[in-house]
Amino acid sequence: MPPIISISNLSKTYDSGFQALQRVDLEIERGEVFALLGPNGAGKTTLISIMCGIVTPSTGVLTVDGHDIQKEYRAARSKIGLVPQELYTDAFESVLATVNFSRGLFGLPANPAHVEQVLKDLALWEKRKDRIMTLSGGMKRRTMIAKALSHEPKILFLDEPTAGVDVELRRSMWALMRRLREQGMTIILTTHYIEEAEEMADRVGVIHKGKLILAQEKAALMSKLGKKQLTLQLSSPLSALPRELAELGMTLKADGTELEYTIESNDESVPALLARVTGLGIGFKDIQTQKSSLEEIFVRLVSEQSSSRLPPPNLPGPPQASPAQGARAQNGAPQ
Amino acid sequence: MSALGFNHHGVRAIYKFEMARALRTLWQSVAAPVISTSLYFVVFGSAIGSHMGHVDGVSYGSFIVPGLIMLSLFTQSISNASFGIYFPKFTGTIYEILSAPVSQFEITLGYVGAAATKSVLLGGIILGTAALFVPVQVLHPLWMLAFLVLTAVTFSLFGFIIGIWANGFEQLQFIPTLVVTPLTFLGGAFYSIDMLPPAWRTVTLFNPVVYLISGFRWSFYETSDVGVGLSLGMTLGFLAICLGLVFWTFKTGYRLKR
Repeated sequence: MPPIISISNLSKTYDSGFQALQRVDLEIERGEVFALLGPNGAGKTTLISIMCGIVTPSTGVLTVDGHDIQKEYRAARSKIGLVPQELYTDAFESVLATVNFSRGLFGLPANPAHVEQVLKDLALWEKRKDRIMTLSGGMKRRTMIAKALSHEPKILFLDEPTAGVDVELRRSMWALMRRLREQGMTIILTTHYIEEAEEMADRVGVIHKGKLILAQEKAALMSKLGKKQLTLQLSSPLSALPRELAELGMTLKADGTELEYTIESNDESVPALLARVTGLGIGFKDIQTQKSSLEEIFVRLVSEQSSSRLPPPNLPGPPQASPAQGARAQNGAPQ
Repeated sequence: MSALGFNHHGVRAIYKFEMARALRTLWQSVAAPVISTSLYFVVFGSAIGSHMGHVDGVSYGSFIVPGLIMLSLFTQSISNASFGIYFPKFTGTIYEILSAPVSQFEITLGYVGAAATKSVLLGGIILGTAALFVPVQVLHPLWMLAFLVLTAVTFSLFGFIIGIWANGFEQLQFIPTLVVTPLTFLGGAFYSIDMLPPAWRTVTLFNPVVYLISGFRWSFYETSDVGVGLSLGMTLGFLAICLGLVFWTFKTGYRLKR
Protein backbone atom coordinates (compact mmCIF):
# COMPACT_ATOMS: atom_id res chain seq x y z
CA MET A 1 0.00 0.00 0.00
CA PRO A 2 1.33 3.46 -0.83
CA PRO A 3 1.83 5.79 2.12
CA ILE A 4 -1.27 7.73 3.20
CA ILE A 5 0.68 10.98 3.35
CA SER A 6 3.61 11.77 1.15
CA ILE A 7 5.58 14.98 1.55
CA SER A 8 8.46 15.93 -0.66
CA ASN A 9 10.71 18.95 -0.63
CA LEU A 10 8.25 21.00 1.39
CA SER A 11 9.33 24.51 2.42
CA LYS A 12 7.49 27.40 3.93
CA THR A 13 8.67 30.97 4.25
CA TYR A 14 6.18 33.36 5.84
CA ASP A 15 5.63 36.88 4.52
CA SER A 16 7.73 38.15 7.41
CA GLY A 17 10.68 36.28 5.90
CA PHE A 18 10.70 33.66 8.64
CA GLN A 19 11.56 30.27 7.18
CA ALA A 20 9.38 27.85 9.14
CA LEU A 21 10.11 24.71 7.12
CA GLN A 22 13.08 23.77 4.99
CA ARG A 23 12.89 20.99 2.41
CA VAL A 24 10.96 18.47 4.45
CA ASP A 25 10.53 14.95 3.07
CA LEU A 26 8.31 12.53 4.95
CA GLU A 27 6.01 9.60 4.37
CA ILE A 28 3.31 8.49 6.79
CA GLU A 29 2.14 4.90 6.58
CA ARG A 30 -1.47 3.84 6.82
CA GLY A 31 -2.67 3.06 10.31
CA GLU A 32 0.43 4.21 12.13
CA VAL A 33 0.74 6.62 15.01
CA PHE A 34 3.37 9.16 14.09
CA ALA A 35 4.65 11.57 16.70
CA LEU A 36 6.23 14.80 15.59
CA LEU A 37 8.55 16.13 18.26
CA GLY A 38 10.31 19.41 18.51
CA PRO A 39 10.80 22.44 20.71
CA ASN A 40 8.42 25.38 20.54
CA GLY A 41 8.70 27.21 17.22
CA ALA A 42 10.38 24.27 15.49
CA GLY A 43 7.78 24.11 12.72
CA LYS A 44 5.47 21.36 13.97
CA THR A 45 2.27 23.38 13.74
CA THR A 46 3.28 24.86 10.38
CA LEU A 47 3.76 21.37 8.98
CA ILE A 48 0.36 20.23 10.27
CA SER A 49 -1.31 23.43 9.08
CA ILE A 50 0.05 22.90 5.58
CA MET A 51 -1.19 19.30 5.54
CA CYS A 52 -4.65 20.54 6.53
CA GLY A 53 -4.82 23.41 4.06
CA ILE A 54 -4.64 26.27 6.56
CA VAL A 55 -1.20 27.43 5.50
CA THR A 56 -0.08 27.50 1.88
CA PRO A 57 3.34 25.93 1.26
CA SER A 58 6.02 27.96 -0.53
CA THR A 59 7.39 24.97 -2.41
CA GLY A 60 7.01 21.22 -2.42
CA VAL A 61 4.44 18.52 -3.08
CA LEU A 62 2.12 16.98 -0.53
CA THR A 63 -0.39 14.22 -1.22
CA VAL A 64 -3.02 12.80 1.11
CA ASP A 65 -4.23 9.33 0.17
CA GLY A 66 -2.93 10.01 -3.34
CA HIS A 67 -4.60 13.43 -3.69
CA ASP A 68 -2.58 16.60 -4.09
CA ILE A 69 -3.55 18.97 -1.25
CA GLN A 70 -3.82 21.95 -3.55
CA LYS A 71 -5.11 20.59 -6.85
CA GLU A 72 -7.47 18.05 -5.29
CA TYR A 73 -8.08 19.83 -2.03
CA ARG A 74 -11.61 18.52 -1.59
CA ALA A 75 -10.65 14.88 -1.77
CA ALA A 76 -7.51 15.45 0.30
CA ARG A 77 -9.16 17.48 3.06
CA SER A 78 -12.18 15.21 3.41
CA LYS A 79 -9.77 12.47 4.59
CA ILE A 80 -8.45 14.59 7.45
CA GLY A 81 -9.76 15.43 10.89
CA LEU A 82 -7.87 18.20 12.67
CA VAL A 83 -7.80 18.93 16.38
CA PRO A 84 -5.82 22.13 16.91
CA GLN A 85 -3.80 22.86 19.99
CA GLU A 86 -5.89 25.78 21.19
CA LEU A 87 -9.47 25.33 22.34
CA TYR A 88 -11.23 27.09 19.48
CA THR A 89 -14.94 26.65 20.09
CA ASP A 90 -18.21 28.33 19.26
CA ALA A 91 -19.06 29.20 22.85
CA PHE A 92 -22.80 29.71 22.30
CA GLU A 93 -23.41 26.54 20.28
CA SER A 94 -24.51 23.23 21.74
CA VAL A 95 -22.19 20.24 21.51
CA LEU A 96 -24.54 18.42 19.14
CA ALA A 97 -25.01 21.45 16.88
CA THR A 98 -21.30 22.11 16.54
CA VAL A 99 -20.55 18.46 15.72
CA ASN A 100 -23.36 18.36 13.13
CA PHE A 101 -22.00 21.60 11.68
CA SER A 102 -18.56 20.03 11.20
CA ARG A 103 -20.03 17.02 9.44
CA GLY A 104 -21.98 19.22 7.04
CA LEU A 105 -19.01 21.50 6.44
CA PHE A 106 -17.01 18.50 5.31
CA GLY A 107 -19.67 17.71 2.73
CA LEU A 108 -21.49 14.82 4.35
CA PRO A 109 -25.24 14.41 4.84
CA ALA A 110 -26.53 14.26 8.40
CA ASN A 111 -25.99 10.92 10.13
CA PRO A 112 -27.45 11.02 13.64
CA ALA A 113 -26.34 7.45 14.39
CA HIS A 114 -22.68 8.18 13.62
CA VAL A 115 -22.69 11.43 15.57
CA GLU A 116 -24.34 9.70 18.52
CA GLN A 117 -21.66 7.01 18.47
CA VAL A 118 -18.85 9.57 18.35
CA LEU A 119 -20.34 11.54 21.23
CA LYS A 120 -20.86 8.39 23.28
CA ASP A 121 -17.28 7.25 22.61
CA LEU A 122 -16.07 10.58 23.93
CA ALA A 123 -18.42 10.56 26.93
CA LEU A 124 -20.21 13.65 25.63
CA TRP A 125 -23.65 12.22 24.86
CA GLU A 126 -25.13 13.38 28.15
CA LYS A 127 -23.81 16.88 27.45
CA ARG A 128 -24.98 17.09 23.85
CA LYS A 129 -27.54 19.82 24.51
CA ASP A 130 -25.24 21.92 26.68
CA ARG A 131 -23.67 25.08 25.38
CA ILE A 132 -19.94 24.68 24.84
CA MET A 133 -19.17 27.66 27.09
CA THR A 134 -20.56 25.73 30.08
CA LEU A 135 -18.23 22.75 29.59
CA SER A 136 -14.96 22.06 31.39
CA GLY A 137 -11.66 22.34 29.55
CA GLY A 138 -11.43 18.57 29.15
CA MET A 139 -14.92 18.36 27.69
CA LYS A 140 -14.19 21.21 25.30
CA ARG A 141 -11.15 19.34 24.05
CA ARG A 142 -13.21 16.18 23.60
CA THR A 143 -15.81 18.26 21.73
CA MET A 144 -13.09 19.36 19.32
CA ILE A 145 -12.10 15.73 18.82
CA ALA A 146 -15.76 14.85 18.20
CA LYS A 147 -15.90 17.59 15.54
CA ALA A 148 -12.79 16.17 13.89
CA LEU A 149 -14.24 12.63 13.91
CA SER A 150 -17.71 13.68 12.76
CA HIS A 151 -16.90 13.32 9.07
CA GLU A 152 -15.31 9.88 9.38
CA PRO A 153 -11.75 10.85 8.45
CA LYS A 154 -8.95 8.40 7.72
CA ILE A 155 -6.30 10.57 9.30
CA LEU A 156 -6.50 12.36 12.60
CA PHE A 157 -4.19 15.24 13.41
CA LEU A 158 -3.77 15.99 17.07
CA ASP A 159 -1.76 19.14 17.70
CA GLU A 160 -0.46 18.96 21.26
CA PRO A 161 -3.45 16.90 22.44
CA THR A 162 -2.40 16.80 26.07
CA ALA A 163 -0.78 20.19 26.51
CA GLY A 164 -1.96 21.56 29.83
CA VAL A 165 -4.36 18.76 30.65
CA ASP A 166 -4.41 16.80 33.89
CA VAL A 167 -3.07 13.28 34.28
CA GLU A 168 -6.48 11.64 34.19
CA LEU A 169 -7.51 13.33 30.97
CA ARG A 170 -4.14 12.56 29.43
CA ARG A 171 -4.62 8.87 30.20
CA SER A 172 -8.10 8.94 28.68
CA MET A 173 -6.75 10.66 25.57
CA TRP A 174 -4.16 7.95 25.18
CA ALA A 175 -6.83 5.29 25.59
CA LEU A 176 -8.88 7.01 22.90
CA MET A 177 -5.91 7.15 20.53
CA ARG A 178 -5.36 3.43 21.03
CA ARG A 179 -9.00 2.66 20.26
CA LEU A 180 -8.89 4.76 17.09
CA ARG A 181 -5.67 3.12 16.02
CA GLU A 182 -7.25 -0.29 16.45
CA GLN A 183 -10.01 0.87 14.12
CA GLY A 184 -7.38 1.62 11.47
CA MET A 185 -7.08 5.37 11.91
CA THR A 186 -3.77 6.98 11.02
CA ILE A 187 -2.84 9.38 13.80
CA ILE A 188 -0.31 12.17 13.58
CA LEU A 189 0.35 13.98 16.79
CA THR A 190 2.66 16.76 17.70
CA THR A 191 3.89 16.97 21.21
CA HIS A 192 6.72 18.25 23.23
CA TYR A 193 5.99 15.69 25.91
CA ILE A 194 8.39 12.92 25.05
CA GLU A 195 6.54 10.66 27.43
CA GLU A 196 3.53 10.90 25.16
CA ALA A 197 5.46 9.90 22.06
CA GLU A 198 7.12 7.11 23.98
CA GLU A 199 3.74 5.86 25.14
CA MET A 200 1.81 6.21 21.89
CA ALA A 201 3.96 6.41 18.78
CA ASP A 202 4.98 3.74 16.30
CA ARG A 203 7.34 6.18 14.66
CA VAL A 204 8.89 9.40 15.79
CA GLY A 205 9.94 12.40 13.74
CA VAL A 206 12.07 15.14 15.20
CA ILE A 207 11.77 18.61 13.76
CA HIS A 208 14.13 21.38 14.70
CA LYS A 209 14.48 24.86 13.23
CA GLY A 210 12.25 23.90 10.33
CA LYS A 211 14.20 20.77 9.40
CA LEU A 212 13.07 17.23 9.85
CA ILE A 213 16.24 15.87 11.38
CA LEU A 214 15.01 12.35 11.90
CA ALA A 215 12.05 10.03 11.26
CA GLN A 216 12.38 6.55 12.59
CA GLU A 217 10.63 3.62 14.27
CA LYS A 218 10.43 4.44 17.93
CA ALA A 219 11.78 1.05 18.99
CA ALA A 220 14.70 1.25 16.55
CA LEU A 221 15.46 4.76 17.66
CA MET A 222 15.47 3.71 21.27
CA SER A 223 17.76 0.77 20.70
CA LYS A 224 20.06 2.72 18.43
CA LEU A 225 20.39 5.80 20.51
CA GLY A 226 19.05 4.70 23.83
CA LYS A 227 21.70 3.68 26.28
CA LYS A 228 21.25 1.40 29.20
CA GLN A 229 23.06 2.19 32.37
CA LEU A 230 23.97 -0.57 34.78
CA THR A 231 24.73 0.30 38.40
CA LEU A 232 26.06 -2.19 40.92
CA GLN A 233 25.82 -1.29 44.58
CA LEU A 234 28.80 -2.95 46.18
CA SER A 235 28.72 -4.87 49.44
CA SER A 236 31.89 -3.11 50.54
CA PRO A 237 33.52 -0.03 48.99
CA LEU A 238 36.48 -0.41 46.65
CA SER A 239 39.46 1.85 47.11
CA ALA A 240 40.45 1.58 43.43
CA LEU A 241 38.93 0.24 40.25
CA PRO A 242 40.53 -3.04 39.15
CA ARG A 243 42.32 -2.53 35.83
CA GLU A 244 40.39 -5.32 34.17
CA LEU A 245 37.10 -3.53 34.85
CA ALA A 246 38.49 -0.13 33.87
CA GLU A 247 39.43 -1.57 30.49
CA LEU A 248 35.82 -2.63 30.01
CA GLY A 249 34.78 0.96 30.55
CA MET A 250 33.44 0.59 34.07
CA THR A 251 33.71 3.49 36.46
CA LEU A 252 33.70 3.72 40.21
CA LYS A 253 31.17 6.08 41.72
CA ALA A 254 29.79 7.25 45.06
CA ASP A 255 33.05 6.98 47.05
CA GLY A 256 33.74 3.52 45.78
CA THR A 257 30.37 2.06 46.73
CA GLU A 258 29.00 1.82 43.20
CA LEU A 259 30.21 0.45 39.90
CA GLU A 260 28.67 2.03 36.82
CA TYR A 261 28.64 0.74 33.27
CA THR A 262 26.97 1.96 30.10
CA ILE A 263 25.66 -0.89 28.01
CA GLU A 264 25.87 -0.32 24.28
CA SER A 265 23.67 -2.44 22.06
CA ASN A 266 26.53 -4.56 20.71
CA ASP A 267 28.16 -5.19 24.06
CA GLU A 268 28.57 -8.52 25.75
CA SER A 269 25.65 -9.58 27.80
CA VAL A 270 24.99 -8.36 31.27
CA PRO A 271 25.26 -11.85 32.92
CA ALA A 272 28.75 -12.28 31.44
CA LEU A 273 29.74 -8.90 32.75
CA LEU A 274 28.42 -9.72 36.19
CA ALA A 275 30.32 -13.01 36.13
CA ARG A 276 33.57 -11.12 35.55
CA VAL A 277 32.84 -8.80 38.46
CA THR A 278 32.04 -11.75 40.68
CA GLY A 279 35.15 -13.54 39.41
CA LEU A 280 37.26 -10.72 40.78
CA GLY A 281 35.78 -11.34 44.21
CA ILE A 282 33.72 -8.14 44.21
CA GLY A 283 30.41 -8.61 45.99
CA PHE A 284 27.32 -6.49 45.29
CA LYS A 285 24.01 -6.16 47.10
CA ASP A 286 21.85 -4.56 44.43
CA ILE A 287 21.64 -4.07 40.66
CA GLN A 288 19.91 -1.21 38.86
CA THR A 289 19.51 -0.69 35.15
CA GLN A 290 18.20 2.45 33.59
CA LYS A 291 17.28 3.05 29.96
CA SER A 292 17.65 6.52 28.54
CA SER A 293 14.29 8.00 27.70
CA LEU A 294 13.19 9.42 24.40
CA GLU A 295 13.54 12.79 26.07
CA GLU A 296 17.26 12.34 26.61
CA ILE A 297 17.64 11.17 23.02
CA PHE A 298 15.70 14.19 21.84
CA VAL A 299 17.77 16.64 23.87
CA ARG A 300 20.92 15.10 22.47
CA LEU A 301 19.68 15.33 18.90
CA VAL A 302 18.60 18.91 19.25
CA SER A 303 21.78 20.05 20.96
CA GLU A 304 23.70 18.23 18.26
CA GLN A 305 21.82 20.11 15.57
CA SER A 306 22.31 23.40 17.35
CA SER A 307 26.07 23.01 17.42
CA SER A 308 28.09 25.11 15.05
CA ARG A 309 29.30 22.16 13.02
CA LEU A 310 26.40 22.53 10.61
CA PRO A 311 26.89 24.67 7.50
CA PRO A 312 24.47 27.55 7.07
CA PRO A 313 21.30 26.56 5.23
CA ASN A 314 21.18 26.97 1.44
CA LEU A 315 24.96 26.76 1.14
CA PRO A 316 26.49 23.61 -0.27
CA GLY A 317 28.39 21.78 2.43
CA PRO A 318 30.14 18.46 2.85
CA PRO A 319 27.84 15.47 3.31
CA GLN A 320 26.71 15.37 6.90
CA ALA A 321 26.91 12.39 9.13
CA SER A 322 23.37 11.33 9.93
CA PRO A 323 22.12 12.92 13.14
CA ALA A 324 22.00 9.51 14.69
CA GLN A 325 25.67 8.88 14.00
CA GLY A 326 26.56 12.35 15.13
CA ALA A 327 24.76 11.95 18.39
CA ARG A 328 26.45 8.65 18.92
CA ALA A 329 29.89 10.02 18.21
CA GLN A 330 29.46 12.87 20.60
CA ASN A 331 27.79 10.98 23.35
CA GLY A 332 29.26 7.57 22.82
CA ALA A 333 31.61 7.73 25.77
CA PRO A 334 30.17 6.51 29.04
CA GLN A 335 28.99 9.36 31.19
CA MET B 1 -11.02 19.98 -10.02
CA SER B 2 -12.87 18.18 -7.34
CA ALA B 3 -14.00 14.69 -6.63
CA LEU B 4 -17.02 15.82 -4.65
CA GLY B 5 -18.29 18.61 -6.90
CA PHE B 6 -20.29 21.35 -5.26
CA ASN B 7 -20.27 20.98 -1.47
CA HIS B 8 -23.91 21.90 -0.85
CA HIS B 9 -23.85 20.32 2.62
CA GLY B 10 -21.01 22.67 3.50
CA VAL B 11 -22.82 25.75 2.21
CA ARG B 12 -25.95 24.72 4.10
CA ALA B 13 -23.97 24.13 7.29
CA ILE B 14 -22.52 27.67 7.17
CA TYR B 15 -25.89 29.18 6.23
CA LYS B 16 -27.71 27.37 9.03
CA PHE B 17 -25.01 28.31 11.53
CA GLU B 18 -25.32 31.98 10.63
CA MET B 19 -29.12 31.93 10.70
CA ALA B 20 -29.04 30.19 14.09
CA ARG B 21 -26.82 32.99 15.36
CA ALA B 22 -29.51 35.49 14.42
CA LEU B 23 -32.24 33.37 16.04
CA ARG B 24 -30.27 33.28 19.29
CA THR B 25 -30.38 37.06 19.31
CA LEU B 26 -33.86 37.33 17.83
CA TRP B 27 -34.88 39.99 20.32
CA GLN B 28 -32.09 42.35 19.26
CA SER B 29 -32.48 41.41 15.59
CA VAL B 30 -36.14 42.45 15.52
CA ALA B 31 -36.50 44.96 18.34
CA ALA B 32 -33.61 47.21 17.35
CA PRO B 33 -34.81 48.02 13.80
CA VAL B 34 -38.45 48.30 14.90
CA ILE B 35 -37.58 50.75 17.66
CA SER B 36 -35.20 52.83 15.55
CA THR B 37 -37.66 52.99 12.64
CA SER B 38 -40.40 54.06 15.02
CA LEU B 39 -38.13 56.80 16.35
CA TYR B 40 -37.44 58.06 12.83
CA PHE B 41 -41.17 58.30 12.19
CA VAL B 42 -41.84 60.06 15.45
CA VAL B 43 -39.12 62.62 14.69
CA PHE B 44 -39.13 62.98 10.90
CA GLY B 45 -42.61 61.74 10.10
CA SER B 46 -44.71 63.43 12.78
CA ALA B 47 -42.68 66.19 14.44
CA ILE B 48 -40.82 67.56 11.41
CA GLY B 49 -42.80 65.95 8.59
CA SER B 50 -46.01 67.72 9.61
CA HIS B 51 -44.28 71.01 8.78
CA MET B 52 -43.00 69.70 5.43
CA GLY B 53 -45.01 69.73 2.24
CA HIS B 54 -45.29 66.86 -0.18
CA VAL B 55 -42.16 65.74 -1.98
CA ASP B 56 -42.76 64.73 -5.60
CA GLY B 57 -46.43 64.37 -4.77
CA VAL B 58 -45.84 62.02 -1.83
CA SER B 59 -46.30 62.98 1.83
CA TYR B 60 -42.97 63.43 3.58
CA GLY B 61 -43.58 60.58 6.01
CA SER B 62 -44.26 58.17 3.15
CA PHE B 63 -41.42 59.62 1.08
CA ILE B 64 -38.73 58.65 3.60
CA VAL B 65 -39.85 55.00 3.95
CA PRO B 66 -37.69 53.60 1.09
CA GLY B 67 -34.68 55.62 2.27
CA LEU B 68 -35.10 54.36 5.82
CA ILE B 69 -35.30 50.75 4.65
CA MET B 70 -32.16 51.27 2.56
CA LEU B 71 -30.33 52.89 5.48
CA SER B 72 -31.00 49.85 7.66
CA LEU B 73 -30.28 47.49 4.78
CA PHE B 74 -26.82 49.01 4.22
CA THR B 75 -25.76 49.05 7.85
CA GLN B 76 -27.28 45.71 8.85
CA SER B 77 -25.95 43.85 5.77
CA ILE B 78 -22.47 45.15 6.45
CA SER B 79 -22.54 44.49 10.18
CA ASN B 80 -24.09 41.02 9.82
CA ALA B 81 -21.71 39.78 7.16
CA SER B 82 -18.60 41.41 8.59
CA PHE B 83 -19.29 40.05 12.07
CA GLY B 84 -20.14 36.61 10.65
CA ILE B 85 -16.69 36.11 9.12
CA TYR B 86 -14.73 38.24 11.58
CA PHE B 87 -15.92 36.42 14.68
CA PRO B 88 -14.48 33.00 13.65
CA LYS B 89 -11.22 34.80 12.88
CA PHE B 90 -11.31 36.37 16.32
CA THR B 91 -12.14 33.16 18.22
CA GLY B 92 -9.91 30.97 16.04
CA THR B 93 -12.72 28.68 14.86
CA ILE B 94 -11.89 29.78 11.30
CA TYR B 95 -9.37 26.89 11.30
CA GLU B 96 -12.21 24.51 10.59
CA ILE B 97 -13.57 26.47 7.61
CA LEU B 98 -10.07 26.74 6.14
CA SER B 99 -9.34 23.04 6.60
CA ALA B 100 -12.70 21.87 5.22
CA PRO B 101 -13.32 20.74 1.65
CA VAL B 102 -15.27 23.90 0.82
CA SER B 103 -14.29 26.28 -1.94
CA GLN B 104 -13.96 30.00 -1.42
CA PHE B 105 -17.09 30.48 -3.49
CA GLU B 106 -19.01 28.12 -1.21
CA ILE B 107 -17.76 29.88 1.93
CA THR B 108 -18.85 33.23 0.49
CA LEU B 109 -22.21 31.81 -0.57
CA GLY B 110 -22.90 30.51 2.94
CA TYR B 111 -21.94 33.66 4.84
CA VAL B 112 -23.21 36.25 2.36
CA GLY B 113 -26.37 34.26 1.63
CA ALA B 114 -27.26 34.19 5.33
CA ALA B 115 -26.44 37.87 5.85
CA ALA B 116 -28.48 38.91 2.80
CA THR B 117 -31.42 36.74 3.90
CA LYS B 118 -31.42 38.44 7.28
CA SER B 119 -31.28 41.88 5.65
CA VAL B 120 -34.19 41.14 3.31
CA LEU B 121 -36.27 39.92 6.28
CA LEU B 122 -35.26 43.05 8.15
CA GLY B 123 -36.38 45.20 5.20
CA GLY B 124 -39.77 43.49 5.41
CA ILE B 125 -39.99 44.17 9.16
CA ILE B 126 -39.19 47.86 8.68
CA LEU B 127 -41.69 48.15 5.84
CA GLY B 128 -44.33 46.56 8.08
CA THR B 129 -43.46 48.93 10.94
CA ALA B 130 -43.54 51.96 8.62
CA ALA B 131 -46.98 50.96 7.34
CA LEU B 132 -48.24 51.33 10.92
CA PHE B 133 -47.28 55.02 10.92
CA VAL B 134 -47.77 56.29 7.36
CA PRO B 135 -49.58 55.18 4.18
CA VAL B 136 -47.18 53.15 2.05
CA GLN B 137 -47.81 51.82 -1.42
CA VAL B 138 -45.57 49.68 -3.57
CA LEU B 139 -46.38 50.26 -7.23
CA HIS B 140 -43.78 47.80 -8.58
CA PRO B 141 -43.39 44.93 -6.05
CA LEU B 142 -41.08 42.88 -8.25
CA TRP B 143 -38.75 45.82 -8.85
CA MET B 144 -38.89 46.56 -5.14
CA LEU B 145 -37.91 43.00 -4.31
CA ALA B 146 -35.17 43.03 -6.96
CA PHE B 147 -33.60 46.22 -5.56
CA LEU B 148 -33.99 44.88 -2.02
CA VAL B 149 -32.27 41.57 -2.78
CA LEU B 150 -29.53 43.04 -4.99
CA THR B 151 -28.70 45.71 -2.44
CA ALA B 152 -28.74 43.20 0.44
CA VAL B 153 -26.38 40.88 -1.46
CA THR B 154 -24.07 43.72 -2.53
CA PHE B 155 -23.72 45.20 0.94
CA SER B 156 -23.39 41.76 2.54
CA LEU B 157 -20.52 41.09 0.15
CA PHE B 158 -19.05 44.43 1.11
CA GLY B 159 -19.41 43.57 4.80
CA PHE B 160 -17.85 40.16 4.17
CA ILE B 161 -14.81 41.88 2.66
CA ILE B 162 -14.59 44.24 5.64
CA GLY B 163 -14.80 41.25 8.01
CA ILE B 164 -11.93 39.53 6.23
CA TRP B 165 -9.89 42.70 6.17
CA ALA B 166 -10.55 43.79 9.77
CA ASN B 167 -7.97 43.19 12.46
CA GLY B 168 -10.11 44.35 15.35
CA PHE B 169 -13.68 45.04 16.34
CA GLU B 170 -13.24 48.79 15.95
CA GLN B 171 -12.23 48.29 12.30
CA LEU B 172 -15.55 46.55 11.69
CA GLN B 173 -17.28 49.79 12.61
CA PHE B 174 -14.89 52.04 10.73
CA ILE B 175 -16.29 51.95 7.18
CA PRO B 176 -20.00 51.70 8.12
CA THR B 177 -19.71 54.69 10.47
CA LEU B 178 -17.34 56.89 8.54
CA VAL B 179 -18.34 56.12 4.97
CA VAL B 180 -21.68 54.35 4.54
CA THR B 181 -23.84 56.28 7.03
CA PRO B 182 -22.71 59.74 5.80
CA LEU B 183 -23.17 58.71 2.17
CA THR B 184 -26.64 57.44 2.99
CA PHE B 185 -27.68 60.61 4.81
CA LEU B 186 -26.29 62.68 1.93
CA GLY B 187 -27.67 60.28 -0.66
CA GLY B 188 -31.28 61.35 -0.55
CA ALA B 189 -32.59 59.05 2.15
CA PHE B 190 -34.52 61.92 3.71
CA TYR B 191 -34.86 64.35 0.77
CA SER B 192 -35.08 64.51 -2.97
CA ILE B 193 -31.87 65.79 -4.52
CA ASP B 194 -34.02 68.26 -6.46
CA MET B 195 -34.31 70.09 -3.15
CA LEU B 196 -30.56 70.85 -3.24
CA PRO B 197 -28.89 73.87 -4.93
CA PRO B 198 -27.77 72.94 -8.50
CA ALA B 199 -24.05 72.79 -7.62
CA TRP B 200 -24.64 70.33 -4.78
CA ARG B 201 -26.96 68.32 -6.97
CA THR B 202 -24.02 67.64 -9.32
CA VAL B 203 -21.75 66.73 -6.43
CA THR B 204 -24.41 64.38 -5.08
CA LEU B 205 -24.49 62.45 -8.34
CA PHE B 206 -21.01 61.16 -7.45
CA ASN B 207 -22.51 59.54 -4.37
CA PRO B 208 -23.24 55.93 -5.34
CA VAL B 209 -25.93 55.60 -2.68
CA VAL B 210 -28.12 58.11 -4.55
CA TYR B 211 -28.73 55.58 -7.31
CA LEU B 212 -29.64 52.78 -4.92
CA ILE B 213 -32.13 54.86 -2.96
CA SER B 214 -33.58 56.49 -6.05
CA GLY B 215 -34.30 53.20 -7.79
CA PHE B 216 -35.77 51.69 -4.66
CA ARG B 217 -38.02 54.71 -4.13
CA TRP B 218 -39.16 54.52 -7.75
CA SER B 219 -40.45 50.99 -7.12
CA PHE B 220 -42.65 52.46 -4.39
CA TYR B 221 -43.96 55.73 -5.80
CA GLU B 222 -42.63 56.00 -9.37
CA THR B 223 -40.70 59.12 -8.34
CA SER B 224 -36.96 59.14 -8.73
CA ASP B 225 -33.91 61.39 -8.83
CA VAL B 226 -32.28 59.43 -11.65
CA GLY B 227 -33.64 56.99 -14.23
CA VAL B 228 -34.56 53.56 -12.91
CA GLY B 229 -32.45 51.90 -15.60
CA LEU B 230 -29.41 53.84 -14.40
CA SER B 231 -30.21 52.86 -10.82
CA LEU B 232 -30.37 49.20 -11.73
CA GLY B 233 -27.18 49.47 -13.76
CA MET B 234 -25.34 51.12 -10.88
CA THR B 235 -26.66 48.52 -8.40
CA LEU B 236 -25.41 45.71 -10.64
CA GLY B 237 -22.14 47.59 -11.07
CA PHE B 238 -21.56 47.72 -7.30
CA LEU B 239 -22.43 44.06 -7.06
CA ALA B 240 -19.82 43.29 -9.72
CA ILE B 241 -17.20 45.41 -7.92
CA CYS B 242 -17.86 43.62 -4.61
CA LEU B 243 -17.72 40.21 -6.30
CA GLY B 244 -14.41 41.20 -7.87
CA LEU B 245 -13.05 42.32 -4.51
CA VAL B 246 -14.07 39.05 -2.85
CA PHE B 247 -12.49 37.08 -5.66
CA TRP B 248 -9.27 39.08 -5.37
CA THR B 249 -9.26 38.74 -1.58
CA PHE B 250 -9.49 34.97 -1.77
CA LYS B 251 -7.06 34.69 -4.65
CA THR B 252 -4.38 36.43 -2.65
CA GLY B 253 -5.38 34.65 0.56
CA TYR B 254 -5.38 38.10 2.07
CA ARG B 255 -5.63 38.01 5.88
CA LEU B 256 -7.18 34.55 6.00
CA LYS B 257 -4.36 32.21 5.10
CA ARG B 258 -0.71 32.64 5.81
